[in-house]
Amino acid sequence: MIPIHWFLELAAVLFVVGSLGVILRRNALIMLMGIELQLNAANLTLVAFSRAYHDAHAQAFAFIVIAVAAAEAAVGLAILVGIFRNRRSVNVDELTIMKH
Amino acid sequence: MAEFPLHLIPILPFIGAAIALLIGRRLGKNVITLLCCGSVAAAFIVSVKGFLVLHHDLPPTGALVGRFFEAPWIKAGDLNISAGLAMDHLSAILCLVVTGIGFLIHVYSTAYMEHDENYTRFFAFLNLFTGSMLILVLGDSLPVTFVGWEGVGLCSYLLIGFWLDKDANALAGRKAFVVNRIGDFGFLLAMFLIYSRTGTLKYTELAGHIDQLSAHIWFGLPVAYFVGLLVLVGATGKSAQIPLYIWLPDAMAGPTPVSALIHAATMVTAGVYVVARLHFVFEAAPVTLAVVAVVGAITALFAATIGIAQRDMKKVLAYSTVSQLGFMFVGVGTYLNNTHTANYQAGIFHLVTHAFFKACLFLGAGSVMHGLNGEGDIMRMGGLRKWMPHTRWTFLIACLAIAGIFPLSGFWSKDAILGGVWHASWLTSGPPTNFLEKMAFAKDGDQFVIHLGHFLYPVLLLAAGCTAFYMFRLYWLAFGGEYRGPAVSSAALAHAVGDAHDTHAAHGHDDHGHDHAPAHESPPAITVVLWILAIGAIVIGFLGIPEVVRPGFDYFGEWLSPVLPPLVADESASEFWMFAAIALAVSGIGIGLAWVLYGHGPAVAVRNFVARAPRLYRLVFNKYYVDEIYDFLVVRPVRFTAFLLWKAFDAFFIDLILVNGVGFLVSGFGKLSKYLQNGDLQRYIVALIVGGAVIVGVGTHYDVWAGAKFETAVAGRDVRVVAHGAGTTAKRLQYRVDWEGDGKFGATQPSPNFKHTYDKPGSHKIAVEAIDPRWGTVSRESRTVKVQ
Repeated sequence: MIPIHWFLELAAVLFVVGSLGVILRRNALIMLMGIELQLNAANLTLVAFSRAYHDAHAQAFAFIVIAVAAAEAAVGLAILVGIFRNRRSVNVDELTIMKH
Repeated sequence: MAEFPLHLIPILPFIGAAIALLIGRRLGKNVITLLCCGSVAAAFIVSVKGFLVLHHDLPPTGALVGRFFEAPWIKAGDLNISAGLAMDHLSAILCLVVTGIGFLIHVYSTAYMEHDENYTRFFAFLNLFTGSMLILVLGDSLPVTFVGWEGVGLCSYLLIGFWLDKDANALAGRKAFVVNRIGDFGFLLAMFLIYSRTGTLKYTELAGHIDQLSAHIWFGLPVAYFVGLLVLVGATGKSAQIPLYIWLPDAMAGPTPVSALIHAATMVTAGVYVVARLHFVFEAAPVTLAVVAVVGAITALFAATIGIAQRDMKKVLAYSTVSQLGFMFVGVGTYLNNTHTANYQAGIFHLVTHAFFKACLFLGAGSVMHGLNGEGDIMRMGGLRKWMPHTRWTFLIACLAIAGIFPLSGFWSKDAILGGVWHASWLTSGPPTNFLEKMAFAKDGDQFVIHLGHFLYPVLLLAAGCTAFYMFRLYWLAFGGEYRGPAVSSAALAHAVGDAHDTHAAHGHDDHGHDHAPAHESPPAITVVLWILAIGAIVIGFLGIPEVVRPGFDYFGEWLSPVLPPLVADESASEFWMFAAIALAVSGIGIGLAWVLYGHGPAVAVRNFVARAPRLYRLVFNKYYVDEIYDFLVVRPVRFTAFLLWKAFDAFFIDLILVNGVGFLVSGFGKLSKYLQNGDLQRYIVALIVGGAVIVGVGTHYDVWAGAKFETAVAGRDVRVVAHGAGTTAKRLQYRVDWEGDGKFGATQPSPNFKHTYDKPGSHKIAVEAIDPRWGTVSRESRTVKVQ
């Protein structure tokens, strides 16, 4: 059986990659993808623990996360499309009208 | 007997005022006239009815009672005040005076204010005043009276500054208000003191609790003394006595009917009324009555001397009012120690007679100014008898009355005061302490009796002489001699009429003819009122003919006796006539002097005198510079303090430190935190992730960081070590100890308890390590222990 720390380390790497994507990239689309990565890293952790402890609750929780992620992607992408239609850009550095 | 609708008396004028103020502009002048005069007339009729009920069908309580509403007016703890009214013999008289004279002055005003653009406002305020005054008079407890007291003060302020487009008028109103506030403060304190000692504020109940005021001693004096003096402070404010009289002469800035009604006939007598109303308090503290009398006498003479040198007709009358109010104060302050009564009746009697003749004088002055297009300087009048016969005769009658000429009303009332004060004697306790007191005190049995009356009598006599002098100076300067004002050509007059239309519309003056006469008689609404008042000034005195002169004719005293006990001085008829003769002689001298000096216009002697004693003249003309002294002693220090407070406290502390300081803090904090909230989502995420990592890190490592902290217990060479770490969560930590500080640690164990016995005494360095096996993190603490 694959020890749990492998899964956890993979999840950590995924999470860091996702975080860096969210933090460093200025393209809102890539940021959304980063968020997906973070969520999936969390899912992986949940499932790994679920298997290690023989408890299905965490798997159920992972499904919820997937559902939420789908909704988030839908809403986020819709917003992005809306923004792009108005501003011809999804560069977050240029989306500062709320600041003023 | 059905309950008498007492509350109607004050409410009727209030209704008039309310309607006039709310919708008066739409009603038109005639409706306003009818409404306002009518409501006061109705109040007068109800008052008369009340008077008759009291006369024929006296209720067992001795007073008619009523209230505005059944529910308690003020209720707080034990305090329970109803909005109650009571009409007893004293307030009935005041009611008749207020509504009667008030009605006459309303009628007069319809002509006097005819062309004023604020006719409605004037009548509304006049009605408001009448209602307030009636509350003052009819209130059955101090708070209700106080409502009226403040109400009349407010109306006085509003009406003094009635022509508010002129700064001087507004300032005069403000002065009156502020000075009155000082008096009101005394009144309020007296009220608090009474309530705190007796637990009641109702006059009828208070009379029964008066011993509680006498029983409490403060600073060696019964509390009644303090109450009396505080009430006196209030009375000096409202009734324009020394030291608070200064507002009344300035109050002449208001329209003349206002001066007549408020500042001569009614409101200013409120102080006298309150002293009489609270007579039982004063009787419990007789020396305060002496203070009342002394204040009154000094004011009477002081104001009378100022009146001599004034040039403005209304100013003369104003000082005359102050002076006459002083007479009333002497009246109510005259105390007879062996009968334990005071001369209230005389004071109130003079109040009533004065209301007639002073109203007549003021309205006469108003008529003169009306006829002369607002000229008030008596040096520019003269010879008016030719053009204003009605005004002239009524003015003469009123002058004779105020001078106390037999048998006019002033004679009877002033004589009652003068005769009383001679007999007066105020109790005092303790022996005299200085030579002045030794002169004034005479030993009478075991008690010392102040024969102050013998000092006050000549003072008053002198004041009476001055009164006669300045009144007839006024009369002859205005009506006698030849006209001294500017010549009036018909062209100039026409010019004045056309040009100054606005101004005299605003000042209520009237022009009828384009004839060459510099003056004209006033319309009937004015002259009829003048005649009614003049006849009143003649006959009203016959109601108070003293017993000794004609038994059974002192209706006035008899009427007041149930409320105010009469002064029983053992004065014989011959004594009365002696006093009367002296007073008449003094008045005669005053009038004679006035005739010599002013009978045909200002005589050369006057000019010579002024030229020879310019300082004295200026001193008196400038009212002894009292206003300036007050300005220096009171107004400037207050202003300076206010300035300091403004600059130091308000501008610096409140505005700069508190208000701007808070603003500065907030904006400064905002300036700093705006760098945090910069709108860059990705920085937020960094902060979120870093923050989350820090929290997780600290949370998981805190145990071990704190885990190596330990305690030592030394017993001989045995040393126990307990690593207590960070409490309960330290369970999963592992520990090891280095007993000699040489880097050689013992075995790792999960228990934080260690024990070691040293071989040799001395200092040993102990180091403890806590290890978290999950992360392999280690923390270390060390300490030195000494063993024997």
